[in-house]
Amino acid sequence: MELLLDSLFNGVAIGSVLLVAALGLAIVFGLMGVINLAHGELMMLGAYTTYVTQLIFKLPILKPFYNSYIIVSIFLAFIVSGVVGILLEKTIIRKLYGSPLETLLATWGVSLILQQFVRSVPLAYGTGLVISLLIGLFLPTSFPSKIKESINFKYFKFSSWIFAALTGVLTGSVISSSVSKLSRASARNVDVTAPSWMRGQIEIIGTAFPKTRLMIIVITLISVIAITLFLNQSAWGMRIRAVTQNRQMSDCLGISTEKVDIITFGIGSGLAGVAGVAVSLLGSVGPNVGGNYIVGCFMVVVLGGVGNLLGTVLASFGIGIMTDLIGAGRLLSIWPDMPLPLSNTINFFATTSMARVMIFALIVIFLQFKPTGLFPQKGRMVEN
Amino acid sequence: MSLSKIKFDKKIILSFWIILIALIIAAPTILPVFRLNLLGRYLSLSIVALGVDLIWGYTGLLSLGQGIFFALGGYCAAMYLQITSSSEFPNNIPEFFALYGVEKLPFFWEPFRSPVFTFFSIWIIPAFVAGLIGFLVFRNRIKGVYFSILTQASLLVFFNFFNGQQKLINGTNGLKTDVTQLFGQMVGSESMQRTFFWITAILVIAAWFFAKWVVKGRFGNILIGIRDDEPRVRFTGYNPVIFKTIIFSIAGGLAGISGALYTVQSGIVSPQFMTVPFSIEMVIWVAVGGRGTLLGAILGAVFINYAKSLVSEALPASWMFIQGGLFILVVTALPEGVLGWIQGDGPRNLLQRFGLKRKIETYPSLEVNNKEGNNE
Repeated sequence: MELLLDSLFNGVAIGSVLLVAALGLAIVFGLMGVINLAHGELMMLGAYTTYVTQLIFKLPILKPFYNSYIIVSIFLAFIVSGVVGILLEKTIIRKLYGSPLETLLATWGVSLILQQFVRSVPLAYGTGLVISLLIGLFLPTSFPSKIKESINFKYFKFSSWIFAALTGVLTGSVISSSVSKLSRASARNVDVTAPSWMRGQIEIIGTAFPKTRLMIIVITLISVIAITLFLNQSAWGMRIRAVTQNRQMSDCLGISTEKVDIITFGIGSGLAGVAGVAVSLLGSVGPNVGGNYIVGCFMVVVLGGVGNLLGTVLASFGIGIMTDLIGAGRLLSIWPDMPLPLSNTINFFATTSMARVMIFALIVIFLQFKPTGLFPQKGRMVEN
Repeated sequence: MSLSKIKFDKKIILSFWIILIALIIAAPTILPVFRLNLLGRYLSLSIVALGVDLIWGYTGLLSLGQGIFFALGGYCAAMYLQITSSSEFPNNIPEFFALYGVEKLPFFWEPFRSPVFTFFSIWIIPAFVAGLIGFLVFRNRIKGVYFSILTQASLLVFFNFFNGQQKLINGTNGLKTDVTQLFGQMVGSESMQRTFFWITAILVIAAWFFAKWVVKGRFGNILIGIRDDEPRVRFTGYNPVIFKTIIFSIAGGLAGISGALYTVQSGIVSPQFMTVPFSIEMVIWVAVGGRGTLLGAILGAVFINYAKSLVSEALPASWMFIQGGLFILVVTALPEGVLGWIQGDGPRNLLQRFGLKRKIETYPSLEVNNKEGNNE
């Protein structure tokens, strides 16, 4: 019983990281039919944001609040990845609308650039760049409508970009001069240390649970609830659902599909950033950290189907629990006297990498019966 | 995307062939062995690129998992080489087995004692695996992005499998071939490498003709039909599953041959052939060269890899930026690739931009073209 609980907990913890990451992927895929291969790199940006936030909170001014840096970094990671995602949508993905395979390749290119960017640009200046992007993209939208509608708006826009660039350079150099660890580029992996209140374990019903994993589950829970509320209760959520169901009709009814695309892509990328925070708590952070999770996210999207959050939730927990059950060989300890051939097979697959092999095989078998995932979108079109 | 809007003059084609053959004959004497070896490797990669072009450029299936079949071909070749030159090692089995305390050859190694079996397995095993994966996926009408990410996932699965099985196939270390013997000669030796270059060059040309034959005629037309409008092909009474499975397994077989050639020339096969980036790179070779043009796939594979080795030697960090930029650039600005751009209206449009007017086609010129059989 205890063993089962333990296994379930581990599975849920693996599944929750997958869930946060796959949630963004699934929403974007449902809306635009686009798979973002740079999603893993957006996670990586989120993880690096956590690292940078941690180092900045070690500065004398912010030292008293050090324990709360992880909470702050969740929001910052959401913003950082979201901004990069919005930029990606505005510059590349929008141009490729209607050709998903090309988008796949272009986003792969972006992911390569992001990886190398983290390796060869000092993190301090990377932070500066993100800040200037943030200001440049959002300052013009916050102007009063009188300016926005004036004929000279492009000059205002231009000058706000100049302001953004200056601010970015300034913050970059301030951070670089005050935190020496961030002033040099390095391809080495970095470590995020959890604040003291998150270390150790909690005992529930006789089983010890590591607090970091509980934290990840909590982060996931909050993100899923927030996204569900946003999609189902807010006006923009309704618009997103409308465009997901029928893009042309929504366009005809006056929904700005362009804005919907940007918002959705921003939120999806932001969720990748939040997943990055979770990832940074699990292990060390490096330029390739996203790659370890991204294929799992794809499998969640394939298994869960699009257009239904419940499918994504079930698929990621299913994959998480199965990974733990198979990978740690727990079936053997739950059922010790199983026949020899079966137990040999289970032993053969009882490593993390072999568990992936097994799970993929199971998914392919599953797809033979339900090719469009757990909860397919209903429709009468020949092509989706 | 019609195949060739400008029909090349017969003389140009002939002189192109003469130059190509002259280059292939001359290459082993002009180039130093190191560069020759590199060129041979890139030429062998162009065979896998041909396969990618067949499935992506002609049939519209973007596979991100060609590395599986590439590596399978490589492993078949390497297993044969290892096993035939293992007579001086304990138990007459390849040396690495001793490291893991394996005394008996795993059963699936046995058939690789036979050169005939190996010769066929190099392309049949990858083709069979590709056919199986393809059939299971296509049967359910899974296509587009779903197909791409499923192939990527299966790539990762194969990678994990080969990476984890030390006792069966030496896991992450891979199988070395350069110190093994073939026909009494060391595979890594200079003369052997020269022979491999010849074999590769001949096989590239053969593969090119084969691919041309595949895309010609009704079979090729159905492939293009599937790419452009699959439901319509289905409604016309064809079963796209069969055609997609066949072309996917052909591409798998080509990848296997390519992998075997690459393995003997690079001296090792390892799970690194099955990493995700390598398989996506194969797609970019085709994309840059020009998808839907077979020659473009070959040229793209050779030139991009050559550029990669040059850039990586000079500025190791910048290759990732260049490659990433290449992906974005090709997809957004040059979707038909370089060769597609040249064969299409690209150069004329460019000239027009500089103020040179486009020639207006008149009736006589159309008639002349028609006489030559240009009535596409």
